[in-house]
Amino acid sequence: MTATVTAVSTVEDAVPDRPQRTAEAAATFFDAVRSEWTKLRSIRSVRFILLATVVYGIGFGAGISYAFGRDYGTLDAAGKAAFDPTAISLNSYALAQLGIAAMGAILITVEYATGGIQAVLTAVPRRSRVLAAKSTVCALVALPVGTLIGFGAFLLGQAVLAQQGAPHVTLGSPDALRAVFGDALYLTAVGVLGVAVGTLVRSTAGAVTLLAAVMLIIPTISRPLPDAVAHLLMKFWPANAGSQVMATQHDPATALGAWPGFAVLAGFVAIVVGLAFRVFRTRDV
Amino acid sequence: MIEASALTKRYGDVMAVDDLTFSIRPGVVTGFLGPNGAGKTTTMKMILGLAAPTAGTVTVGGRRYLDLPAPMRHVGTLLDARAVPASRSATAHLLSLAQSNGIHRRRVGEVLGQVGLEKAARRQVGTFSLGMAQRLGLAAALLGDPEVLMLDEPINGLDPEGIVWIRTFLRKLADEGRTVFVSSHLMAEMALTADHLVIVGRGRLIRDTSVAEFVRTSGLHSVHVRTPDPDRLVPALEAAGAVVAAVPAADSTDDGTALTVTGLQSAAIGRLAASAGAVLYELIGRQPSLEEAFMKLTRHSVEYTATEGGTE
Repeated sequence: MTATVTAVSTVEDAVPDRPQRTAEAAATFFDAVRSEWTKLRSIRSVRFILLATVVYGIGFGAGISYAFGRDYGTLDAAGKAAFDPTAISLNSYALAQLGIAAMGAILITVEYATGGIQAVLTAVPRRSRVLAAKSTVCALVALPVGTLIGFGAFLLGQAVLAQQGAPHVTLGSPDALRAVFGDALYLTAVGVLGVAVGTLVRSTAGAVTLLAAVMLIIPTISRPLPDAVAHLLMKFWPANAGSQVMATQHDPATALGAWPGFAVLAGFVAIVVGLAFRVFRTRDV
Repeated sequence: MIEASALTKRYGDVMAVDDLTFSIRPGVVTGFLGPNGAGKTTTMKMILGLAAPTAGTVTVGGRRYLDLPAPMRHVGTLLDARAVPASRSATAHLLSLAQSNGIHRRRVGEVLGQVGLEKAARRQVGTFSLGMAQRLGLAAALLGDPEVLMLDEPINGLDPEGIVWIRTFLRKLADEGRTVFVSSHLMAEMALTADHLVIVGRGRLIRDTSVAEFVRTSGLHSVHVRTPDPDRLVPALEAAGAVVAAVPAADSTDDGTALTVTGLQSAAIGRLAASAGAVLYELIGRQPSLEEAFMKLTRHSVEYTATEGGTE
């Protein structure tokens, strides 16, 4: 005869004997990256932002290509000479970068918004490791997403240009692949910039506004400025300079070359990231 | 073992923590007690390296927290149980913490079982009641099977069942030889939960004492006396060093005058009354509640006090 035992959860059952402690392994940077990856996957807004970024990154690429292709016939000779089908199809980076920057910022601002930053820094007291892990995870997401946007916008854009009878190129054309992967690199750099700005500003809205101003608004309002200033801004402002990596034609008066331009952006991001590390390391939580 | 030495934190002109020295021993539950704003949370943040001390040091197991190679294996922490993104599942939350310290993912299921949340493992934390969130916070603290547990106001907002549960749970953890350090602003609750008390007010250490010792020496006891002969009794009591307060007139009827006497025990009052020839109708010793004792102790260290008509 077997007695029926009702399972009653008591504290006595709940706390088991302490397991034997094995030799302690120090936590590593890789541990921190895995932790950040788990967290990123469980923030619902990140999935939504990335999906939207891919959709309008590719969609606007096609839309811009349609508009430029339609107006090609009205261009003068100089305009036709400067027509850069590659850069036109990849022009959607200007909007896609906002989504990627927002994702980067949210990786850290969500910790401040929920108060989880205390738990994060208690689990990983090495603060530079936390920030490096977040930046790494951001780059690991931004790079493939950016590549997808680059290829999607390029292929769809070229098809639209072809259909309009405007000049168009293929992936085999000179510098086309560099420009497509350049789109991915540009977006990745902006994503990492987003993490750094989010760290400095500590609020999602503040970080996204600031990033939009720096990367999108200042570059477009430079036109009414005096020519000398406008040309300087168009050439060296990090957003403009960095975007040259997606162009195949560079007017020396207003633009750097592809890699020198990208180096300016990378240098700018490095400075902001350095500042973020410095502030994050010493700030009380 | 947590050891603080001359720990100090200044925010501008405000001394949040002022020259705090204490050591928290293993095997007992230590209550960290003080009114709101007394510097408890700031102290805990300094122990955890979240805030940098202006002066002084604090170590856990002999090491600075920031020097621990995998801190969750040494110190389990519950600071704010609600500080988790609402859309994250309990499992994902605990897994991300475990991964950060290289703790095996098997522990996630184990600690969820320990706190009785295994059925809610997949649920989004945003749907949790406060009691469940506190349990989840405790589960997170237990992930690394740490020898030190540090919990900031874990009892706040819990229902009576939850309070009994967490009290028993903390007791068990201490009995296993762990150091359990629990902050609270509720004296009565700590008297039931803790063995030892570290009491702070305005950032300063007020008492470092066992609960039993605190109860014994809280020194607020008073004696209620009712006599028809206050004119004979009061001078005799005062001559013996007692402080006598008359209870408001509404209470002074034909049955005599009611007095509250502090500074003398009932027996001494009885003898003095006899030698003064005063009749006593009532002679009742009153033990103060722990809450009163605590409030008296910290009254002068509460930063902002409501202006009130002396409620003793």
